[in-house]
Amino acid sequence: MGHKTIVEDNIDILVCGAGLGGTGAAFEARYWGQNKKIVIAEKANIDRSGAVAQGLYAINCYMGTRFGENNPEDHVRYARIDLMGMVREDLLFDMARHVDSAVHQFEEWGMPIMRDPKKGSYLREGRWQIMIHGESYKPLVAEAAKKSADKVFNRICVTHLLMDESKPNRVAGAVGFNVRTGDYHVFKSKAVIVAAGGASNIFKPRSVGEGAGRVWYAPWSSGSAYGLLIEAGAKMTQMENRIVLARFKDGYGPVGAYFLHLHTYTQNAYGEEYESKWFPELQKMVGKEYLDPEASHRTHRPIPTCLRNHALINEVNAGRGPIHMVTMEAFQDPHLEEIGWHNFLGMTVGQAVLWAATDVDPKNENPELTTSEPYVMGSHATGCGAWCSGPEDVSPPEYFWGYNRMTSVEGLFGAGDAVGGTPHAFSSGSFTEGRIAAKAACKYIDDGKAEGIRVTDKQIRDREEEIFKPMSHYKTYRNEITAGSVNPNYHNPRQALDRLQKLMDEYGGGASVNYMTNDKLLNIGLKKLKIMEEDLEKIAAADIHELLRAWEVKHRHRTSECVLQHTLFRKETRWPGYYYRGDAMKLDDENWHVLTVSRRDPETGEYTMEKAPCYHLVTEEEEKKAS
Amino acid sequence: MPTFVYMTRCDGCGQCVDICPSDIMHIDTVTRRAYNLEPNMCWECYSCVKACPHYAIDVRGYADFAPLGHSVRVDRNEEKGVIAWRIKFRNGKKDMDLLAPITTKPWGKFIPQLRDVSGPTQAQRDSQLLYNEPKYIRLDDGDIHTLESNGLKMKAGVYY
Repeated sequence: MGHKTIVEDNIDILVCGAGLGGTGAAFEARYWGQNKKIVIAEKANIDRSGAVAQGLYAINCYMGTRFGENNPEDHVRYARIDLMGMVREDLLFDMARHVDSAVHQFEEWGMPIMRDPKKGSYLREGRWQIMIHGESYKPLVAEAAKKSADKVFNRICVTHLLMDESKPNRVAGAVGFNVRTGDYHVFKSKAVIVAAGGASNIFKPRSVGEGAGRVWYAPWSSGSAYGLLIEAGAKMTQMENRIVLARFKDGYGPVGAYFLHLHTYTQNAYGEEYESKWFPELQKMVGKEYLDPEASHRTHRPIPTCLRNHALINEVNAGRGPIHMVTMEAFQDPHLEEIGWHNFLGMTVGQAVLWAATDVDPKNENPELTTSEPYVMGSHATGCGAWCSGPEDVSPPEYFWGYNRMTSVEGLFGAGDAVGGTPHAFSSGSFTEGRIAAKAACKYIDDGKAEGIRVTDKQIRDREEEIFKPMSHYKTYRNEITAGSVNPNYHNPRQALDRLQKLMDEYGGGASVNYMTNDKLLNIGLKKLKIMEEDLEKIAAADIHELLRAWEVKHRHRTSECVLQHTLFRKETRWPGYYYRGDAMKLDDENWHVLTVSRRDPETGEYTMEKAPCYHLVTEEEEKKAS
Repeated sequence: MPTFVYMTRCDGCGQCVDICPSDIMHIDTVTRRAYNLEPNMCWECYSCVKACPHYAIDVRGYADFAPLGHSVRVDRNEEKGVIAWRIKFRNGKKDMDLLAPITTKPWGKFIPQLRDVSGPTQAQRDSQLLYNEPKYIRLDDGDIHTLESNGLKMKAGVYY
């Protein structure tokens, strides 16, 4: 093969993926490890990579403790009810108590945060969100990471983690390839922080053809956060907790600032309020504890996002769609109209393009809403990811094995989408989680836990062969046919992705089946994924760009398998509106008020599933009431 | 397309290739100009559009739902710290100019070099503190939040 092997040795902390989680990790690692060697491996260009590449118009997680607004436990309770009870509250509390310091730093670095002129505090669009001019959010935090890291390797697709051969279940670095030069990169490192992205595009998107890239979550978020960890044998949690978003139709423009700041609201095609009428029946499914509109109104305890989706989906199915966002009132105010447009330009330009193209002026016409295809991620309003240790002063024994945010593999840490059970972290929380993981990783090294790591040449060569196999496979079989992309010996990455998306959509509860699945469908899906895994061994890449796509689809496939395993394991419909188990339509607190934990044996590929207890933050008063 | 490149404006400098998060802006080996290699993996994130020094890159809305004839153009100025947008509707009835700040301070200058700041003490290492805490969290000189300080316990079971 015509590529070089480039080895970066003696790394202390390797950060895989430098979105908001990875930049936070690299920045903070320098403080706790001033003489340590810190290296970043990023698939794109760190200046514009990750989900925040195009910008954000809000920081969605900010407590405002200094303004007397919220305490960390308030946020934990909010995330708990939004996720129907299923969160890692130790990790959430830990993130929430540190997140404000990250945001205050952003402002000091030059991030324009809007302020409330009367109160002097940050301008809020809701209880947890503050408004920013965040077009350059990513370049700004990238500067911080670049200042801290010894080396930044851009355009490196990390495909596998390296494992230590002197001690089982300990990480020793990572390998990948440069998507421009095709060179093989080996990173030998004492500790690794995986801050890669969650998974878009594993379920068939609603857009078709050329538009397939128009998904809500970045199309370059290829599930590497999960693919890398699952392959290394790390335990995963809450992988069934995929998310479906209610968004402006086709453009997937954000609705948060519209609802919360512009005070827009939704109605059905006939101008009626529809949400509340679905709640009595839904309450029978999920219980009054989770859906009590009266109590929600009194306590400002929000109605869980998934349940609001449920109402939208059902109203459309009842033939009263489309659902409209009522913008015509708010947009009469020129200031609010400008905010509405800036909101898109700062983070989802595609929505502005769509309205300009279709002559939809929200001042004169109420735009349509829809529900998206599902996504698998750990930092937005859903908590897929690795089963990680919590902080020592908060975590109960089941959640604690020494190092904060360390996965069940020694020396392997997570941040952002990679950490399971921590929804509602968003950008600021992911950055904060990176900082927390970095401090713990430095401690892990300083405690001597990473001594004597050994990586044999064989492991490095085996991975090399595996990584470049799609290119050699292409060369071998390309000339058996005249021209074109149809070949009996291989699929190209796009064909493989299409197959994965169709399969996940139809068997895993995607948009085209109204998010419905059951044990039979899931088992068929798993069987088909297994066969697809054999075909992925024969995937063909015509060039390095296709090699990148080949590895992305492999990570997506592994993520999908884990999602189906988890969905099959949890025999209840915990999140109506995100997905439904047709064979277990009710929420079942008696058997399933637990976190689900899986582990894939790297040798056999077999999954073992278990339940882990769900711990909650409670006050003395709550405890008394419960007993 | 969604992004595409005007032949007469592109000089093949490759800045779009350098920045594209999806690795889809490439240089065509025949014309030596940039092009979008894989439109169906484009997010319309405008990173390449903003990076192009010649305004050679534009976006046409996704063919599966966006009619022709619209335009959303951008000019991002790092020195001035502002970004300017112009949105033209297909029917010509709306034409908006919008301006927003991208930074309030010169790039990078206010980000500390953590290698040079005085290092953490052992007490800080053993605590739950992160860099610059607790002063960056609170104004009241309070420490970071703990279960004890906030009157909380972790309990297994079902709590709502």
